[in-house]
Amino acid sequence: MTMIGHWRIFVATLVLVSAGCTRKPGPASALKPTGFGAAVVESSGGKQVGATGMVLAQPVVVQVNDEQGTAVTGALVEFSGPAGVSFDPPSGLTDSSGQLSTDVALAGMAGRYQLTARTTTKAQKSVDVKIEEIALGYQEQLGFQLDNKYCARCHNPESTAERVSNYDNLEVKPHPFTEGETLNRMTDAELTAIIGHGGPALNKSALMPPYGYTLSKTEIEALIAYIRLISDPPYHASGTVYAQK
Amino acid sequence: MKNGLSSLWQMLFGHPVRAFGVVSLLLLISLAIAPAKNHFSEWRHYQKQYLALIQTRGDAVTLQRHFHEHDDTQQIWLPQLGVVDRCTTCHVGSKEASLADANIPQPFRRHPVIPHTLDQFGCVMCHRGQGPATTVEEAHSSTLAWEQPILPARYVQSSCGQCHRAPLTGTPQLNLGRNLLGRYGCVHCHTVKLPDGNTIKPTDDPPSLKHIADKTTREWIYTWLKDPQSYAVTATMPNFKLSDPDARDVSAFLIASSTPLAGDTESDLKIQKAPDPTAGASLYGESFCSSCHAVQNAAGNVVGGDVGPELTRVGNKVKPEWLRAWLRNPRVYDSGTAMPHYRFTDPQVSLLTAFLGSKTDSDLLANVHLDAATPEQIAHGKLLVTEYGCASCHEINGIKKPDNFAPELTRIGSKPLAQIIFLPGMTHAIPDYIAAKIRQPRSFGAALKMPQFSLAPAQVDALTTALLALTDRAHDLPLALTVPSKPPSNYQPAGKAGKLMDDMACFTCHAINGRGGDLAPDLTWEGSSVQRPWLQAFLKNPGTLRPALIRRMPRFNLSDDDAKELTDYIMTVYQTPEFDRDSMPASGYPPAQVEQGKQLFYSKYACQSCHIIDTKADKGYIGPTLTQVGSRLNATWIYHWLKDPQAMRSGTIEPNRNMSDEDARALTAFLMTQKGSSKQEAKK
Repeated sequence: MTMIGHWRIFVATLVLVSAGCTRKPGPASALKPTGFGAAVVESSGGKQVGATGMVLAQPVVVQVNDEQGTAVTGALVEFSGPAGVSFDPPSGLTDSSGQLSTDVALAGMAGRYQLTARTTTKAQKSVDVKIEEIALGYQEQLGFQLDNKYCARCHNPESTAERVSNYDNLEVKPHPFTEGETLNRMTDAELTAIIGHGGPALNKSALMPPYGYTLSKTEIEALIAYIRLISDPPYHASGTVYAQK
Repeated sequence: MKNGLSSLWQMLFGHPVRAFGVVSLLLLISLAIAPAKNHFSEWRHYQKQYLALIQTRGDAVTLQRHFHEHDDTQQIWLPQLGVVDRCTTCHVGSKEASLADANIPQPFRRHPVIPHTLDQFGCVMCHRGQGPATTVEEAHSSTLAWEQPILPARYVQSSCGQCHRAPLTGTPQLNLGRNLLGRYGCVHCHTVKLPDGNTIKPTDDPPSLKHIADKTTREWIYTWLKDPQSYAVTATMPNFKLSDPDARDVSAFLIASSTPLAGDTESDLKIQKAPDPTAGASLYGESFCSSCHAVQNAAGNVVGGDVGPELTRVGNKVKPEWLRAWLRNPRVYDSGTAMPHYRFTDPQVSLLTAFLGSKTDSDLLANVHLDAATPEQIAHGKLLVTEYGCASCHEINGIKKPDNFAPELTRIGSKPLAQIIFLPGMTHAIPDYIAAKIRQPRSFGAALKMPQFSLAPAQVDALTTALLALTDRAHDLPLALTVPSKPPSNYQPAGKAGKLMDDMACFTCHAINGRGGDLAPDLTWEGSSVQRPWLQAFLKNPGTLRPALIRRMPRFNLSDDDAKELTDYIMTVYQTPEFDRDSMPASGYPPAQVEQGKQLFYSKYACQSCHIIDTKADKGYIGPTLTQVGSRLNATWIYHWLKDPQAMRSGTIEPNRNMSDEDARALTAFLMTQKGSSKQEAKK
């Protein structure tokens, strides 16, 4: 029995250490809330695409509201997430506009991370909001770079200051890479074919040129790994399914 | 008590036979200690756990077979790299492709896909930690005998930088960090010798202060010194946290030491009121100033390039007579500036001076009142300028540039912890130390000279990553095992054309033969690519080639002679050795071939998704507009470009279509018929 206990501690330590988590100071019991809300909502910073272990580009901002939906100042908010995710600060009191902002560093493994921001109501009831972020590993990060250079100009309908989107100029609209409804139904082999040989390979538009002579096999794999990770709804590989315990 | 002990002794060793039995038993027990320790060792628990995990899986047999091939402590031994890693003893599944799923608990999950294999590089090359250790604590944490704990994941790209000296697509953070070391001028004070023998060069080009009094006022210098960000949010100048009297004295000294420079001010300044109040703004826009200079808009967003300084409050800074001279020819004041010599006419200079002069913030200098400086203040200012090492970055009259003003950072990634003073409560590890030092240098002591930089958290991480790559291992690796960076190029075009190119600062945006910026296309082979008449006309009056680009080539108001001189040079010198540009004609292709090319353009290759030929029907916005490509590009160039775009200009995003010779010839024939009309010329 103690053996199992030890084992758990080992795993916990290992996960923490290997994920590069900086040891956080204990729970912010020193902070005394001066206000209590009824709900906590996400203001900004959700659904970001970051890199493993690294600080997200935008801070996560949450707001505490009371029953009427007005912002509450001085409410205690605590952030938590899967092992290895660190918050700076991990908790705090909401400011005069009812908001609290934290810099988030995701853990060391690529994937989707569900973060929680929690506050307590006057009745000592705990309410929370879930915020999802995506961490790109090495391979997905490479795919992201390639998307940015080659694909996003047509596949991303949004224009940025640095890049005007070509999406609206195309007669046949390309699928944005987050469009899970379509892309999740395509197998890796189909995606490889359409990237490598162009639209006509799958009887689709010739407006999609072939990249098989421009990108390497590794690069195409990276691009697919990236597309799979950012897909919305999430992609679940339909490979061999093994019995779960 | 004594009786008890002696009776126990009597009981155990009183009789020789009994004593022999007891001693044998003790010996047996002590012999069993080592096997018992082995049996109950940490790593065996992990291995048992692993076997329990895989036995219910569909691929259990394969996984078990892989496991039993070793079935003990495992080791990766790479003598050349100095790697002895036993990490895979517990991280048993790190090579198993089927254990990649997120619900496989650590330490059993497959290692994420990276370009290297564990067998070739081991683990500690990238992750640090103690490779030969076989307990969790010893392998991951720093111990008395081992200083390097596991590297936090946020800095892991630093490990790539130990061998890879050139930027890699997969390491954006490392690339950014290396870039920032130059851009924020860290290497003005800290020498960083790279393992290949080069030193990192600063790229921030801090201005000389020798003639600063011609350019700006003492009040502005004072405000700037107190807080550079209050003037420009994008300022890379750090905050030295000077007290009011210290800032007063430094500004006094800088003004007092400044000498006037002939020609850098225009006293006969008469700024005419522009007939059209928007004319200045229009000229600013037409000259594409925003390709290099940013301005903060009302919403607080900084819009524009980062080659030159931000201009949001430039009217508070520069004197109008200086600005006028600068706009007329910036090379008088600063011969090495990245700013081109625009050859503006006097009315244009007036317009721009008035426009830029109106970019002010009435609050910025409102509360700065400085009395005339006393000699004591100036002397004290000089002392401060010397103490803070201002001359490491800026040229200042009467102050010598100090050598190695700050500690060398050549091997900072392996600095022994004993040489570091940590702050209370800080993790005793190099990454934490470097990050804390960059974030708040003065927290390590108020008397420290290192100033406070204004950096985002991601920039601090990037800088830390770049510095962590400077390890002993990086310096001691055999050269054959490293991936070198391209040697820096000091290419300089010759003759009158070379002088013209310097004058117009072509290298700020264009690269030629390895030297120059990446804002605009590489011109190394431009002479093989374009047609002479087009180039000459373009240099006189650059039109829009790529409609989607925000940064454009400005008009430099070149004289006919200068444009011809440059054209001749480019057409003669910047030629590819790959082909003869006269091997295909500019016109006279058979109509059938042209028609075939047109078909290929619109159907098989669907070029219209990115390019425009017919301005009414085509909408492609990514590549250059091709309406007049037949008078712009050389036919042989088009042919070779179609065959392999990356070979003609590495890094171009046009995909290689693996085109047959026949298709490429037909497309070339079609494109060469697109000569453009005079009407279209006029429209752009």
